[in-house]
Amino acid sequence: MTSVVVVEDLLLLQDGLIRLLSTNGFEIAAAVDNGPAFLEALEAHRPEVAVVDVRLPPTFTDEGLRAAIEARRRRPGFPVLILSQYVEQLYARELLSDGAGGVGYLLKDRVGDVRQFVEAVQRVAGGGTAMDPEVIAQILARRSRRTPLAELTPREHEVLALMAEGRTNAAIARRLVITSKAVSKHIARIFDKLGLPPSDDDHRRVLAVLAYLNSNG
Amino acid sequence: MSTIPFRPTDSGRRGAVPMRPAYLRPAVAVARFVGLVLAGGIIGGVAAWLLGASLLMLLLVPVALLSPRTRWLGVPFLAVTAWLVRPLAWLERHRVRLMTGTRVQAAYLPMRGPRPARVRPLLGDPGTWRDLAWLATAGVTGALSVADLAVLAACPALVVAAPFWVAFDHGPHGLRALVLIPLGVACLVAAWRGGGGRRRRVPLETARLSGRLLAPSDSARLRAQMEHLAETRDETVDARAAELRRIERDLHDGAQARLVSLTMSLGMAEEEFDRRPEAARQLVAEARASARTALNELRHLVRGIQPPVLTERGLGGAVEALALASAVPLEVNVALDERLPAPLESALYFVIAEAIANIARHSHASWAFVRLWEEQGRLRLMVHDDGHGGADPARGSGLRGIERRLAAFDGRLTLSSPAGGPTELFAELPCRL
Repeated sequence: MTSVVVVEDLLLLQDGLIRLLSTNGFEIAAAVDNGPAFLEALEAHRPEVAVVDVRLPPTFTDEGLRAAIEARRRRPGFPVLILSQYVEQLYARELLSDGAGGVGYLLKDRVGDVRQFVEAVQRVAGGGTAMDPEVIAQILARRSRRTPLAELTPREHEVLALMAEGRTNAAIARRLVITSKAVSKHIARIFDKLGLPPSDDDHRRVLAVLAYLNSNG
Repeated sequence: MSTIPFRPTDSGRRGAVPMRPAYLRPAVAVARFVGLVLAGGIIGGVAAWLLGASLLMLLLVPVALLSPRTRWLGVPFLAVTAWLVRPLAWLERHRVRLMTGTRVQAAYLPMRGPRPARVRPLLGDPGTWRDLAWLATAGVTGALSVADLAVLAACPALVVAAPFWVAFDHGPHGLRALVLIPLGVACLVAAWRGGGGRRRRVPLETARLSGRLLAPSDSARLRAQMEHLAETRDETVDARAAELRRIERDLHDGAQARLVSLTMSLGMAEEEFDRRPEAARQLVAEARASARTALNELRHLVRGIQPPVLTERGLGGAVEALALASAVPLEVNVALDERLPAPLESALYFVIAEAIANIARHSHASWAFVRLWEEQGRLRLMVHDDGHGGADPARGSGLRGIERRLAAFDGRLTLSSPAGGPTELFAELPCRL
């Protein structure tokens, strides 16, 4: 069983998360409601993954995000899934900036789709990524005539979005109802258009995409 | 227009103004000089004409009052004088500012209604009486200056005229005219030496005097400020009320309606669970879709009220987030030592967001920058883009909204957007509430 620490200050949501995760094959190592307690729990229980709310007491600003970044500074590559009422590309960039993977950033609403949410936590715990489609949408919405993104076909846009969410080629193929081979071809062409060297590694693909987009922001 | 000091970054300027070829520079210098002389001549001419006309009108007032038959003309004459003197006082305030460096505020009472009805408030305005006092003083000092110059001009005239007198007047007084030569020279020397330094100081001294005469009293200044505040408060209150109405409508038609439909779906599902589990599952799925949409709508609404990233990161982070989402590449430089009071932060955020949206919508710019810094206790915001210019606050509701938001904080907006670009929006407002 994967042991998880839940960091959420709203009791209603904390209870829900605990119930949801414990009935889906996770062991709840600890449930806390602030940043310092999270860092303590990290030392005391050595969990394998953390699910953290961005906004925590006492300041109710971005304490959760900062605690997560601090946790990953202490334990490089420690898998963290950030939950938030809204997503901000800026935060995604900060989370990914250490390049270590094992990062998730999802809207709280996604908890509603239990199966997908559990998959995302598992993916992150395994060192993969789970970017919210909303983050990807924000990036793709920034249509500037000068970015190579504009050269992508609609299909390639879809593939890129799914790829950035952290899905495997097989999952993308299933979702778009095409063959895995077609997916590989699309990805190769995307990398080509964006000027990126191809890579098989799931999370590194997201890193590459985000790094590319940020360098032009 | 007031001149506001700003320092564009070097890169911004260098890109915007191409260097002129060397052979054109003398021609440009000559053209500038001619332009200056022409402008000075025109302004001086108009001012002299206005001064003459208003002085004449002012003198006509007591003349009209002398005779019972013309007495009724006194008030109209005075009103015309007051009306004529305003542009003059405006010019004089600028001269005072240029010469002494002190800003003299204009503080007139606002005037509304048709022109004939404006006579009473015009004559009841202390600002009008300050103008008239200045006009009378300017008349006296002007006359003295003219007399002074006349003496100065008469002396050499005496010296030049004396030999002619001697030559043409063969009478008994002829030779005595020679006395005029040393007299003229002595007079000239005396006038020049005695008055030289003073004469040079005259423009500065009159400017100081004008500054004192035209400066509004404390109560007038306060009243003007109050008028301005009342006006901007009305606008702010209106905008706030409209905002609240919009939020209420959005909640009512959006999230609230979704939650009602969600409750309905769940209620029906509850009934169906035993009889038709498949239908129940369908209803639960619908309920979840409703919940998701409600959350989406709430998120957008919250972003419009107070963007969460602003709460969490302050203005620097929030503007950076805007830049990341901007279609036009945007450089951000927010140099603030500490976080601003929340209302200021929020107003500035929406001002910047609106400016960036305007750039994306209208400017066709390929690059833009946002700078926010503090200088002498005031916040300064500059938004610059290299687009095709031609932005006009009178036409764009966006710019009008920016002005309104700034006005609520006693801020000022200056826009420079010549056709062909670049566009530069400059705003200035107090750091504290």
